[in-house]
Amino acid sequence: MTMIGLEIHCQLTNLNSKLFCSCKANYREFEINQNICPVCMGLPGSLPRLNQEAVKKAMTIAMALNCSTPEKIAFFRKNYFYPDSPKNFQITQLNIYGDTSVGGAGSIMVGDKKIRITRIQLEEDPGRLIYEGSSSKNQITLVDYNRAGTPLVEIVTEPDFETPKEVRDFLNILSDILSNLGVADPSLEGAMRADANVSIQGGKKVEIKNIGSFHDLEKAAHFEITRQESLHSRDIEIVQETRHWDDQRKITVSSRSKEEDLDYRYFLEGDIPWVSIDAQTHENLRSEMPESISSKKERYVSKYGIPIQVADVLSSDKFYSDLFEKAHTDSNAKEVANIITTELMGLMDTREKRESSKITSTHLRELADAIQTGKVSRNSSKNALHEILKTGKNLSSVITELELGNVSDESELLEIVKQVISEESQAVEQAKSNPQTINFLVGKVMQKTKGKADPALTLDLLKKQTGIS
Amino acid sequence: MNLKISALEYVQEVQSGNISVEDYVSKTIERISKVDEKIHAFLSVSENVLDQARMIDKKVRSGEKVGACYGMPISIKDNICIKDGKTTCASKMLENFVAPYDATVIQKLKQQDAVFVGKANLDEFAMGLTTEFSAYGASGNPWNTDYVPGGSSGGSAASVSAFECVASLGSDTGGSVRNPASFCSVVGYKPTYGLISRFGLISYANSIEQIGPLTRTVKDSAFMLNIISGLDTNDNTTIDGNEQDFLSGIEYGIEGKKIGIIKEMVGEGTAPEVLAATNDAVSKLEGLGATCEEVSLDMVKYSVAAYYTITATEAGSNLARYDNLRYGYEFPVEGYEFNSYIAKARRRFGPEVTRRMIIGGFVPSAGQAGKYFLKALKVKSKLTREVGEVFERFDLLVAPTVPVLPFKKGEKIDDPIALFQVDLNTVTANLTGRPAVSVPFAISNGLPIGMQLIADSNHDKMLLQAAYALEQTVNLPEVPI
Repeated sequence: MTMIGLEIHCQLTNLNSKLFCSCKANYREFEINQNICPVCMGLPGSLPRLNQEAVKKAMTIAMALNCSTPEKIAFFRKNYFYPDSPKNFQITQLNIYGDTSVGGAGSIMVGDKKIRITRIQLEEDPGRLIYEGSSSKNQITLVDYNRAGTPLVEIVTEPDFETPKEVRDFLNILSDILSNLGVADPSLEGAMRADANVSIQGGKKVEIKNIGSFHDLEKAAHFEITRQESLHSRDIEIVQETRHWDDQRKITVSSRSKEEDLDYRYFLEGDIPWVSIDAQTHENLRSEMPESISSKKERYVSKYGIPIQVADVLSSDKFYSDLFEKAHTDSNAKEVANIITTELMGLMDTREKRESSKITSTHLRELADAIQTGKVSRNSSKNALHEILKTGKNLSSVITELELGNVSDESELLEIVKQVISEESQAVEQAKSNPQTINFLVGKVMQKTKGKADPALTLDLLKKQTGIS
Repeated sequence: MNLKISALEYVQEVQSGNISVEDYVSKTIERISKVDEKIHAFLSVSENVLDQARMIDKKVRSGEKVGACYGMPISIKDNICIKDGKTTCASKMLENFVAPYDATVIQKLKQQDAVFVGKANLDEFAMGLTTEFSAYGASGNPWNTDYVPGGSSGGSAASVSAFECVASLGSDTGGSVRNPASFCSVVGYKPTYGLISRFGLISYANSIEQIGPLTRTVKDSAFMLNIISGLDTNDNTTIDGNEQDFLSGIEYGIEGKKIGIIKEMVGEGTAPEVLAATNDAVSKLEGLGATCEEVSLDMVKYSVAAYYTITATEAGSNLARYDNLRYGYEFPVEGYEFNSYIAKARRRFGPEVTRRMIIGGFVPSAGQAGKYFLKALKVKSKLTREVGEVFERFDLLVAPTVPVLPFKKGEKIDDPIALFQVDLNTVTANLTGRPAVSVPFAISNGLPIGMQLIADSNHDKMLLQAAYALEQTVNLPEVPI
């Protein structure tokens, strides 16, 4: 049986500062080695200052993944020499001397399958190595410490996955949960990384390190299973080893380093006292947690009558569900949900498009209202949406400028109706015996108004003018 | 100009206009240039402090508000960072390290108009108790320069003792303030863990060490504590001392106090002169109205082994950052791969540091931790419990600071085990986080003996009152240098 376990590293990208100093957690906007200070550079004499907000956010993740949360948390040192680590040890958490990491055992459902979480720990991200030079002989290694000290949450699962698809489904759910909690933006480059342990029936466990994106994680698992199965079929032993994910070639490569043999000599980090998380704090954290995805979904269905598939899509994406929450009223909720899921999601399917879009919740509310009151046809609303995304202009000026408004002025419409009646005398006659034919006349009016005639008013006028009831 | 005055007397003299800061500081610099050849208390001397002294004088004359130190010349152990100056830890590894920040204690002293006359010598990275392990040469004991001044804050103690400054800051991981204070006949104070911020103190064994003052009198130590103690957002381990005034009520006395004489610290290994001094101290404490009684701390016999196991482990981790990639000394990286580079770069560590880091790599390692490191932690927690129980019955504990008299340079440097035993009486306060002080108590054949008092955590004020009371019972000769 194939068994896959994951170690997922998720940066708490929504925090202001790093885990132990006031440098920015969002290091991405900085020039190389500009987001550093004596603390995250581990200068002699500097001491870590624990970011309490990071502890809270990490505990919230533990709670959302149904993990046990301890009364006291502690930090440990993981000792190893590596150039991306300014202190040559990493401050992390450990549960071998009792459960003292932010989260203990937990689980989440992926479809009908329960995936068990082993533990969740809060730790610091190391810096980033940049390799330059053409051959391995004259290769130079540069270090960018901007990332060093970024708050990182490690989520360790039991080996409960049997297929790469299950891994992908889990990751999708996990990343929805994390963004819904408002703790991280999983779409940011490098914000989510993972190691995977893969083994097949009759083989040893192989650890794949350094997988830089969720997308690649599924691929890596797939590659590794295939590789192991192929070895197995040829009666070649599958040895326990650590492999690295080669980002370029999309394959796993055996790492010649002796990482497996490293002895991290864990011990308590004396510079950070134990943090007590009393019952009150637990309660506060729980009550401050944002509504869960499943609860949102249920509410959308039961309160607004939104179809279950639409509610599912809407609730699992924090960006759109936030937009929905701000835009909808009791009367237009269904329409808002409809615009978001059928139109907006297609128009803003990349991060760049989301970020450059000028749409606000007000736009969305007004547009839904306009559709419901017949001011704009559903057809023209698409054009309006395009324009709003691009320009951010308010709905009424978009309608005026693009002439998207329905013709609902009675005298104006009456002239057109009269014109149609005179042009289509044959159809008018037919309509007297066959009331269905009146729809043909409505269609003609629509043609003349380029679809902007108020359909209800048109029908009303046609009936009056032809005497058909 | 009398350089021999205490810190409090100095402040009075400047306040009353009897002496000028400039005068005192320049005489101090002169004194350093005269005697430090023999003592080598300083690794570096600040030449440009006279401008600062003159500015403080100006403030005094114009009646402006002056900080509590009034330009007092202070020496700082060279493992405490002063912004823009070198902080070497007496190591070749940090030969060129310039900290871009002040330690919290330095900031506080600067606010109070202290003048830093120089960085004091120490055993490399504070590992040692003779100051012989300084990479820049040993210090001498002002009482007899052939003798060691103790350590690791040997330069600090010697500089105060030899009147090269009014007071000094050292650090105490296993006795590194109290031991040299005892050997040089000055007061050395190790506070309750967390009372003084460690921000800017270069870590050796961070879970048990504290910065502490070395001064001529107990009152001076209280004066220094008033300035440098307190909660610090830069050090999460600091405790809220409620801004205690350690000076007020220092003359309160110790009448009715119950004092335990720690049996395990006065025994076979104690030199006869030290034993005699201890007996004398006990009778003097009783003369002051205290009752003294022998008390046993069973775990003390394992304390030194536990201490070296724990400190080596922490040192191995704390000193891992010295890979010379981000700061350190000139040694180009080109042509090296990471591991071979750092292996070579780290050869600059001296023998004692290297020895402790090798131990530190071994005792907590997989397969060994159970036998060594975890066992040491057990001793630590048992000892802490024992001491806690003792303080339910006693207000204070007494023992000689060091079981032996100061010894000659070179006498024990090649015998690490013999050196380790010298720590027997001081490590308990560190392992249990308790405050402890060494008070100059006797001079035997021209060599100082210090008496140690230990109090329960957060009873620093009472400890200083007791130390003051004991100090008043002795009248010691002046240092010969």
